[in-house]
Amino acid sequence: MAILVDNDTRLLVQGITGREGRFHTGQCAAYGTQVVAGVTPGKGGEDVDGIPVFNTVAEAVAATGANASMIFVPPAFAADAVLEAIHAGLAVIACITEGIPTYDMIYVKRRLEETSTRLIGPNCPGLISPGKCKIGIMPGHIHAEGPVGVISRSGTLTYEVVAQLTERGIGQSTCIGIGGDPIIGTDFIDCLALFEQDDQTGAICLIGEIGGTAEEEAAAFIQEHVSKPVIGFICGQTAPPGRRMGHAGAIISGGTGTAAEKMRAMREAGIHVSESPATIGALVADVLGG
Amino acid sequence: MKIHEHEAKEILKHYGVPVPNGAVASTAEEARAVAERLGGTVVVKAQIHAGGRGKGGGIKLSDGPAEAQRAAEAILGMTLITPQTGPEGRVVQKVLVEEGMEIEKELYLGIVIDRAVNRPVVMASEAGGMEIEEVAAATPQMIIKEAVDPLLGLKPYQARNLAFGLNLPAELISTGVKFITGLYKCFEEMDCSLAEINPLVITRDGRLLALDAKMNFDDNALWRHKDVEEMRDLNEEEPLEIEASKHNLNYIKLDGNVGCMVNGAGLAMATMDIIKLAGGEPANFLDVGGGATQEMVENAFRILISDEHVKAVLINIFGGILRCDVLARGVVEAVKKVQVNMPIVVRLEGTNAEEGREILQTSGLEFTVATGMADAAEKVVAAAQAAG
Repeated sequence: MAILVDNDTRLLVQGITGREGRFHTGQCAAYGTQVVAGVTPGKGGEDVDGIPVFNTVAEAVAATGANASMIFVPPAFAADAVLEAIHAGLAVIACITEGIPTYDMIYVKRRLEETSTRLIGPNCPGLISPGKCKIGIMPGHIHAEGPVGVISRSGTLTYEVVAQLTERGIGQSTCIGIGGDPIIGTDFIDCLALFEQDDQTGAICLIGEIGGTAEEEAAAFIQEHVSKPVIGFICGQTAPPGRRMGHAGAIISGGTGTAAEKMRAMREAGIHVSESPATIGALVADVLGG
Repeated sequence: MKIHEHEAKEILKHYGVPVPNGAVASTAEEARAVAERLGGTVVVKAQIHAGGRGKGGGIKLSDGPAEAQRAAEAILGMTLITPQTGPEGRVVQKVLVEEGMEIEKELYLGIVIDRAVNRPVVMASEAGGMEIEEVAAATPQMIIKEAVDPLLGLKPYQARNLAFGLNLPAELISTGVKFITGLYKCFEEMDCSLAEINPLVITRDGRLLALDAKMNFDDNALWRHKDVEEMRDLNEEEPLEIEASKHNLNYIKLDGNVGCMVNGAGLAMATMDIIKLAGGEPANFLDVGGGATQEMVENAFRILISDEHVKAVLINIFGGILRCDVLARGVVEAVKKVQVNMPIVVRLEGTNAEEGREILQTSGLEFTVATGMADAAEKVVAAAQAAG
């Protein structure tokens, strides 16, 4: 089954006419994703590599039946693009854009609370259900269809973990990069709940990082509500306090948000925690094999 | 981004948040002039971004202009070391000279973005003058909070809850409500990530004042606050980090001897972690971004090798959209151009990784090519130890 995106996903791309948007639209289509429309205000009527472009999301949805969006709009306009997609009633939105002001996201998050739309990101690689649908900038070829659900705040570290899994012959149900910003649309808990319900998913791999308390909250949720085995890793064990480690949300502030705290909470919740980023795949294999 | 106390207080004044009378000074003479204008007892405060200034001798009470001048002479140019500056401290470039006052009570008022509720939260406490994290850990019941619905803003009843919660005297309740409302308006309009008044004081003569002020801003929103961006103080930043930021490289200097160059923030952190697990110490965090071009790799090398502690470099790249063969060519050219004279361990994975390794091995340069993160970390730590 996989979660969030599959063969029925009909994707539109906001910001399709930009360099990044165009390139990654092509990559998604090549993977097999049904890309049905693009949106760039003022460029309605044109097409990008055969994909029709519309002025508004509402128009694109009416004309093509799109039910998901991938956003490559520059940071100053990205929150507005998300609001437009929410208003058009799309089921899933993946916002790839990095650098959106936190306050803009607070308004978006508030709006999301009133709808059933799932926003992935921002500042994320997107999501992929291997063999079915890829929405985002991850390299499709490292993935394989299979039983492990992957949730991560990172981009390339997720690819690292996925490659470790695929190398061992362990495929993935859906891999979701939830994003490195302090305010994000879909969090660990939302994804965990979906994976718990998903028939294809047999185990869940959760890749966290320093900053905030999302991993601690996920650990508490797992203890209460998740019956499937969970394998975890936290990066930033050597990060100094008070410094933003690349991601806007990766900061240890006021002594909270440390890797040690998160790893302890995860262990106490019965999660299999890998100390090293190099042994995550092996640990998943152990857990699945045992 | 952080700004200085005197700058934060200027911004607060615009929002009707009362602050003590005073002015900033760059020389002892200027400090004397400010003290003359203020009259009476003044406080001379070192302007550095870190807190804990008083304990390090960066805040002096002075009785009159002559004493204020001497205090400023002592503070200006000093290397102030506080628990927050680290052992190297900060050189003081400016002082804030403010009226002295008799304090009746010290309180706390702060606004942060609470990631657990995805909203701004206003916090107040009667335990003023202490670190709020310490209060939260020891006596959480001493902190009252109001989460703000962004669509409604901070409503008057919430400001009243906070003002009454602080046990302000009856005659100061409406002043307190205005104070809190003004601070929130500032927080929202200026895209702050933190606005903290600690302590907020009630003076003997019945005034409510922001005795100290700390404001941090959302880096992602600086483009709409050019005035704030201009307050960036390069004296407060690590020179190599300033250089890196000019080239759009995400670099943070650390204390170890293994330099790392990685694509992606999560993988960069994980690389630091695995160096430590292999018995070494990372010299830095460095994210060259998703599309590491030859130019970016060159700039990254220049920055890495200008840190004299670095004895070996680990390049860890997961090629996704970025092809490993393209990256490998960039690394070869960059190493030739920048003349890197230390061991380099390269680990390439992902798209066209085989071709990338091949290019490195046949380049005529001395790369150690590793397979997997653990292998890479062991090799680079061994190389750094051998060179060290």
